[in-house]
Amino acid sequence: MGDEPVQTPRSIYLPGGGGWNESKQVTSIPFRAQQGAAQGLRGLGAAVAAAAWWAGLSLPQSAPGAPVKPEDHWAFQAPLRPSLPAVQNADWVRTPVDGFAMARLEDEGLMPAPEADRVTLLRRWSLTLTGLPPAVEEVDRFVADKAPEAERRALDRLLASPHYGERWGRHWLDAARYADSDGFEKDKTREVWFYRDWVVKAINDDLPYDEFIIEQLAGDLLPDATQDQVVATGFLRNSMVNEEGGIDPEQFRMEAMFDRMDAVGKSILGLTIQCAQCHDHKFDPIKQTDYYRMFAFLNNDHEANVAVYTPDEQMRAAEARRAVAEAEAELQHRHPDWKERMAEWEETVRRESAGWEVAQPEVEEISTGGQKYLPREDGSFLAQGYAPTKHTVTMTATTPHERITGFRLELLSDPDLPRGGPGRSIKGTAALTEFRVSAAPAAGGEAIEVVWGEAAADVNPAPAPLDKIFDDRSKVERLTGPVSFAVDGKGETAWGTDTGPGRRNQPATAVFWAKEPVGFPGGTMLTFSLQQNHGGWNSDDNQNHNLGRFRLAVTAVERESETPPVSERTLGWLAVPPAERSEAQWLGLFRAWYRAIPDLREEATAIGALLDDYPEGATQLVLQEREQGRVTQVLKRGDFLKPSERVDAAVPAFMHPIPGENDGSRLAFAHWLVDRESATTARALVNRVWQNHFGAGLVSSSEDLGSQAEAPSHPELLDWLAVEFMESGWSLKGLHRLILMSAAYRQSAAAAQDMLARDPYNRLLARGPRFRVEGEIVRDVALAASGLLDRRVGGPSVFPPAPDFLFQPPVSYGPKVWPVSTGGDRYRRGLYTFRYRSVPYPVFQIFDVPNGDFSCVRRVRSNTPLQALVTMNEPLFLDCARELARKALDCGGDDDRERITAAFRACAGRFPGEQEMAELEGLLQRQRERFREEPDQAAELAGTSILPGCDPGEQGSWVVLARVLLNLDETITLP
Amino acid sequence: MNCQDHLWRKADPVATTRRWFFQDCGVGLGSIALWSLLNGEAGAAAAGTQGEGRTHHPARAKRVIFLFMAGAPSHLELLDHKPELARYDGKLPPAGLIKDYRAAFINPSSRLLGPKFRFARHGSCGAEISELLPHLAETVDDIAIVRSMVTDAFNHAPGQILMNTGSQQFGRPSFGSWTTYGLGSDSSDLPGFVVLNSGKKGPSGGNSNWGSGFLPAVYQGVQFRGSGDPVLYLADPPGVSRSTQKDSVETLTRLNRLQLEAIGDPEIATRIHSFEMAYRMQESAPDLIDLSGEPEHVLRMYGAEPGKPSYANNCLLARRLLERGVRFVELFHEAWDQHGNLVNDLKENCRDTDRASAALVKDLKQRGMLEDTLVIWGGEFGRTPMVQGGSDGRDHHPNAFSMWIAGGGIRPGLALGASDELGFNAVEDRVHVHDLHATLLHLLGFDHKRLTYRFQGRDFRLTDVFGNVVEKMLA
Repeated sequence: MGDEPVQTPRSIYLPGGGGWNESKQVTSIPFRAQQGAAQGLRGLGAAVAAAAWWAGLSLPQSAPGAPVKPEDHWAFQAPLRPSLPAVQNADWVRTPVDGFAMARLEDEGLMPAPEADRVTLLRRWSLTLTGLPPAVEEVDRFVADKAPEAERRALDRLLASPHYGERWGRHWLDAARYADSDGFEKDKTREVWFYRDWVVKAINDDLPYDEFIIEQLAGDLLPDATQDQVVATGFLRNSMVNEEGGIDPEQFRMEAMFDRMDAVGKSILGLTIQCAQCHDHKFDPIKQTDYYRMFAFLNNDHEANVAVYTPDEQMRAAEARRAVAEAEAELQHRHPDWKERMAEWEETVRRESAGWEVAQPEVEEISTGGQKYLPREDGSFLAQGYAPTKHTVTMTATTPHERITGFRLELLSDPDLPRGGPGRSIKGTAALTEFRVSAAPAAGGEAIEVVWGEAAADVNPAPAPLDKIFDDRSKVERLTGPVSFAVDGKGETAWGTDTGPGRRNQPATAVFWAKEPVGFPGGTMLTFSLQQNHGGWNSDDNQNHNLGRFRLAVTAVERESETPPVSERTLGWLAVPPAERSEAQWLGLFRAWYRAIPDLREEATAIGALLDDYPEGATQLVLQEREQGRVTQVLKRGDFLKPSERVDAAVPAFMHPIPGENDGSRLAFAHWLVDRESATTARALVNRVWQNHFGAGLVSSSEDLGSQAEAPSHPELLDWLAVEFMESGWSLKGLHRLILMSAAYRQSAAAAQDMLARDPYNRLLARGPRFRVEGEIVRDVALAASGLLDRRVGGPSVFPPAPDFLFQPPVSYGPKVWPVSTGGDRYRRGLYTFRYRSVPYPVFQIFDVPNGDFSCVRRVRSNTPLQALVTMNEPLFLDCARELARKALDCGGDDDRERITAAFRACAGRFPGEQEMAELEGLLQRQRERFREEPDQAAELAGTSILPGCDPGEQGSWVVLARVLLNLDETITLP
Repeated sequence: MNCQDHLWRKADPVATTRRWFFQDCGVGLGSIALWSLLNGEAGAAAAGTQGEGRTHHPARAKRVIFLFMAGAPSHLELLDHKPELARYDGKLPPAGLIKDYRAAFINPSSRLLGPKFRFARHGSCGAEISELLPHLAETVDDIAIVRSMVTDAFNHAPGQILMNTGSQQFGRPSFGSWTTYGLGSDSSDLPGFVVLNSGKKGPSGGNSNWGSGFLPAVYQGVQFRGSGDPVLYLADPPGVSRSTQKDSVETLTRLNRLQLEAIGDPEIATRIHSFEMAYRMQESAPDLIDLSGEPEHVLRMYGAEPGKPSYANNCLLARRLLERGVRFVELFHEAWDQHGNLVNDLKENCRDTDRASAALVKDLKQRGMLEDTLVIWGGEFGRTPMVQGGSDGRDHHPNAFSMWIAGGGIRPGLALGASDELGFNAVEDRVHVHDLHATLLHLLGFDHKRLTYRFQGRDFRLTDVFGNVVEKMLA
């Protein structure tokens, strides 16, 4: 089948795969032999489950306390391709879907509904595939096109539209619990739109679904992973992050792990596995150990936050890097003796870096401002959790040294820091306002403050005003600059690590020499104070400027030279004998050298300046494999404080085995998830595609195909589609064609009362789908109908107008940033609206849009008065009414009827009926009269964009009419 | 919060929404007839399976006001008198007591801090109340104080979510949602569950505190404001007069009805009613929040000032909402996180809230509404007996805290439970958050184990798999 659209009835039937030969008989049970059906049904599979369901029988469940046996539940057996049922009404059948649909209808003694008219059909296809209504011209063209290829062309056009990826990407983003903020109390903004755009592009490119999943689970582990493949792992990072004061970061890392498991279960496997987090699953054969074995695949990663670049930025970055490389080659060329000179420097550095002892101080809890300083094995601390924008941490350490001459502070990179650190700011930078040390006798006694002599560092940015993201509203001019700023006794100045784009995310090392050595006989107790006051005014926002990871050391040796210290990384290169050094190591050392020595300062500055135009890029939360894996243990009752037996990465024994070797990696797990033998993966996906086209899945509980699932309405159809999907290369576009070309999908939605009563949810497929479109689409439809829609695809999220008070206390926990977009960004698709988890964009919240707290594969569709208030009164909907009115007046035609028709068709696609026309003409006349009495009101409603020569009363009356049209049930409904 | 189950045969939200309009909203016989016409047996079947509008046993309480003191007020300064703690002021807590204790900010082995305010006995029940709460002291014979509350969480967002939804996991329906799901709404022009905010910040748990989780969105808390537009997007656009709006909605209704006749989809009927109810809400909500019509003595009793947003105004609004048929009102007042500045902040907070909270109890009682209205006061956890900072702060503490509850079948004048002499652990008649929820649902007419909703193959309930009704709290 593949991408070929299915057109000719019957001709595409494929031979049956066996196993379902008698399925038709089984389906008929409730209607031909209801009695006794409840007995002995288990083991007969989905068809029976469906049969029993429709007969209103409850299936025999497992005995209380015992989960269902794997062989007893249809969804735990890999799907086989059923043969297509023979039906009487064969002429109706257009695609294989219809054979199954008709078989069911015939069993029920029902006739299908007539085919919907072409206007309705195009509108339905457009809304379901792109989330946008067809333009009036497209409707006219389609209605006029009588060629046999017309329908296929229309579908091809829609599937090739970039808006297709936006619509279907959004369905996946629900499952991927996408949001632009962290959730919990702070709910800070995060940059993850690269992931969102990756999803849209993958869907537009029809990336096979198995690869789509593999990249999201383990794109970073693929050979020569591209930036896109790394970005795809953002799927696993869409979990919430709690940086409330006083939290234990490990507790909430575990919460995020549970969330990832839940997302994998619901969105990929179609199983609710979260029960097994605390105990063996009550109904499905998933044991608690199974859960933690799968958990182990995902448990070996850094929660990384990496810089990412658009294709354009990647070009600019490459250019900048090439310029640097050329300048460095030139420098070597002008200093042919550079290796010898560097060797001298190497010798000095090697000598001076010896004799340091890492201090392993204890953190004074009271001084952390709520930030967690997590000790690392190398004696460093990693800052996590809440990030106060101003605090001074104090740490104490006792050393046997009786005479200390210098103190070293290393700022280290870490994958768990923004852009790899070494700071915690959103740029990965840090600022140290002041560094103080006091010394006291180890045995107790008065402490004396160390008086500083010289300070030296390998990173010494020029003094510069503090970046405005750290504005503390004090109006005091604050600076960052060289390391001397950390010991100048001034609160306004700080040692900074920001050496500009392309350079700033590197380790930095500073050495502070005491003017006079300090120490006491019998050992010395040192108290380090690291003042970090160069953050902004709001600790609930991304305004911290804290050290991210750092290590302290002391020495008793005397300072010998002016040579600045180097990072541990550079020391590592130094340790490699010259003959064995790689090119990268030589380059790293060369850079450290020419930046360190005074006579090349000018050249170093000039080379640095070549990176001034290096793109800032954006960031993306991703997973990054740890060098050392974590030990995974079963957590009693899911409590991270109660670890018990240790488990290795494995999959549940009752499910299919891992294809190939199980190396415990995410990649092995990902391959397992999309293996042909997976019983639920393809079923779960095709069921959701069906759900999004028809309003309900073939299995209505689409998040759970386990033993507690609703039985499928058309079990063979579900399996046929699942097998077809896998065997035709996991192509979503192919699947859409199969469903959308079917006679079942083309039926009219109109239904008589008795049918509505008999089949309120259209599970029998005796009519076409009809349902209110999703929240984002409600807004998109209004924008498209009025012509305001800005159709640009991708980019950072935008901020359409929203009531400001929502983002301020006491409604929001802290003040949130909602910089209302101007220009076209106000009118971008709902997909691009910024998503705060704790304060969702209200229009979406009211229209049932999930806020991304957890994976959602099925939205509710409610119908409430608050929704009516939105579409009548929300400012953006008013903009749409005004624009639709203007358009109708300007180019809708010559008289009221023509203009009404144009506006009506922009909203509903079809022509208005005579009665509808009369209603609308009446409204227009009455409104003209009202505005004649109240011309001021007319002007207010008409807005500022009055057409030349148009009376505000006239234009205002059309706004009233347009507002009614945009609020029609039909306008926001897939027909 | 809206990832909801919507085709579950036991309680279909589409049908539920319709029922909400046609049955629970009391919109008249004609509409009910329309409802059954549209839904036939299927609708009737859906209506009969769940508890909505039908309680498991006769309800003692029909309405709820939850005064949620977000940030976690100090039980030791307000409701739980600990003279022994004063004696140990400045001493370290016993090592055995703090073994395995996890604190949010402080080292558990921090010095004990004696209570900062005096307590005295009040009323005929002789309840001990802090000097910070003189107005509440006047109502002690009408309220029950629980001094043995315990919870599982000691960070704000999880703690608040647990108190409001019975789970630390985001995405569960809130207590207010469960209540309106169970009892429906008596209002034809206002939402069943209304949320009001005051205080210094918003609640840490955000809108998940009043979300409907997997329950249909009609049960979600709707934020009201005491000034401006009381409900989002309530006001018509500039230039749309009432008569224009009426004409627009009526035209819309006629146009939608033509579609209904042609297509038959009952959702169109629901949409027609949504617009009609929205129109009515536009009329009634501004009147509702206009406090200027309240008599002077009532305004004084609450300390409310028309037009000036405050906790006091919100308390008075809560009463007005209940009078108009709203089922559940929750006030969030986030101001109680006293890691420092304990003394002054508590004085200020009590000045802002004590009068109004007590006035609400008195006012409801005077109007005869207290007997079937539950008023609940409390935060997400308590505060440590140990000091944070110098001598004027307390950290988060889940092991013991205090709440008070009045009306709706709660035993008045009750003092339930006790914490140990340091106020560290609840030791007598411990009441877990789940037990509180079970008890409150019991008073609302529900067996907490049977008020369920099927989602993801499981019957969910407010109390998860926990909770026992606290018989001692019942009148």
